[in-house]
Amino acid sequence: MTYQAEFRVWRGDSTGGSFESYRVEVHEGEVVLDLVHRLQATQAPDLAVRWNCKAGKCGSCSAEINGRPRLLCMTRMSTLSPDEPVVITPLRAFPVLRDLVTDVSFNYAKAREIPGFIPPAGLGPGEYRMQQEDVERSQEFRKCIECFLCQDTCHVVRDHEENKSVFAGPRFLMRVAELDMHPLDAAAEAGLDRRATAQDVHGLGYCNITKCCTEVCPEQIRITDNALIPLKERVADLKYHPLVWLGSRIGLRRKD
Amino acid sequence: MVSTETGPPTGTGVHSPGRAAVPQRQLRTDRWWLPQLATVTGLLAFIGYSTWRAFEGAHYYAPPYVSPFYSPCLAANCVPVRGGADWTLFGDWWRLSPALLVLIFPLGFRLTCYYYRKAYYRAFWSSPPACAVPEPHTRYTGETRFPLILQNLHRYFFYVAVPFAMILTYDVALGFRNTGGEWGHAGLGSFVLLGNVALIWAYTLSCHSCRHIVGGRLKHFSGHPVRHRLWQFVGRLNVRHMLLAWSSLASVGLTDLYVYLVSSGAFGDPQLF
Repeated sequence: MTYQAEFRVWRGDSTGGSFESYRVEVHEGEVVLDLVHRLQATQAPDLAVRWNCKAGKCGSCSAEINGRPRLLCMTRMSTLSPDEPVVITPLRAFPVLRDLVTDVSFNYAKAREIPGFIPPAGLGPGEYRMQQEDVERSQEFRKCIECFLCQDTCHVVRDHEENKSVFAGPRFLMRVAELDMHPLDAAAEAGLDRRATAQDVHGLGYCNITKCCTEVCPEQIRITDNALIPLKERVADLKYHPLVWLGSRIGLRRKD
Repeated sequence: MVSTETGPPTGTGVHSPGRAAVPQRQLRTDRWWLPQLATVTGLLAFIGYSTWRAFEGAHYYAPPYVSPFYSPCLAANCVPVRGGADWTLFGDWWRLSPALLVLIFPLGFRLTCYYYRKAYYRAFWSSPPACAVPEPHTRYTGETRFPLILQNLHRYFFYVAVPFAMILTYDVALGFRNTGGEWGHAGLGSFVLLGNVALIWAYTLSCHSCRHIVGGRLKHFSGHPVRHRLWQFVGRLNVRHMLLAWSSLASVGLTDLYVYLVSSGAFGDPQLF
């Protein structure tokens, strides 16, 4: 089945822009990115769009379709009404470069602020041994394709540009959680308490767990329930639970 | 749809300088406001009902059933419940309804619950109203400051919620008597109380703080197999935390209503055996 769809695509750059309307033929089984490519091939050869794998694994084609942050390649046309125009804009939390392409360097800056995995002392490459049950929590977070849809939809930075300096965003707080749950991460031995930095440096307290990051994740990672809330609970152990704090100080609480 | 050329944005939020100059604040075409409307309606209905019942101070004991709003009794002005959890910790100077002494604990547990926080931040405070829908506030500090930093006290309310659930379980056992106090009998109300306490336990145990306490705080599950199993069990319940939050809220209200109807004589409790 084919039909003519109306596409309204935001065209412009950091100096301004507007919506351009196109009519384009839709074939059965296509995704929005197919149609954007058809527009490039037939009507708008200078339309800028970032894409790569077309399989929902590279995280490049993030945009907003009918106001919702989505991957262009993972949004089937069959899920959209054929009678309504398809409105596409670039990610609205980041500076626009041109058309559907945004500057996501905010995310790379935040990634660099998080100290990476700290290897345990006395173990060389190839000597790491971990039990499956100890790593499966972190493995869920490793599914992240860094499409930055969660960063885009999070109202802490989307609606408050001034918070970008103090808030790492869900993707990178999940990274902190991943490392804090890592069975071989030796941050504590190196004098780094990831729970403290999550709250004091990466802005975990700004998260009000409204779950938009989880809603938009194309990898279905349960970011809020499995990363952000457990991290908040770990921070509560450290900062808001005097008995736990005292127990760890006087050695009653053994390391686990 | 505005399609005229727009200059560079100079506002805040999605209209901050450098971002795409899209005139509309949001472009969602679905009914994103519907879940928030349902949340507001549901919570206001419960708040209205429970406020009336909490201040009423009557019709909360229809032997052998006691309303979950009034158990345990911590004041001296309760109707005596045969074998019930009546502890006059507050003495006879307390003149208000005894329910107020009890309800503050489940209220705190639910107010600081991670699910309810999401629900009321979205529905009542519009922070945000829905995903990718701008919030109306000019400033946002989240849970970094007083009073919202107190949300971190959730685990303390969890600690209190467990003995409360135990007391309600005891009340269910008391409900398997007849009006004369003889054991081994049941009416429809016995099973109303039983269903309610099952939902209360499921909601309490599915709590994110519970999940952390039973095992989530560990770095190595392999060294703690029992806690790992407990964590997995709580995790399976935790997936349904929203469903359990609403169903237990509804069941506690309906159970109280059942006791009210029986106590006030509006409905006769059918005796099953």
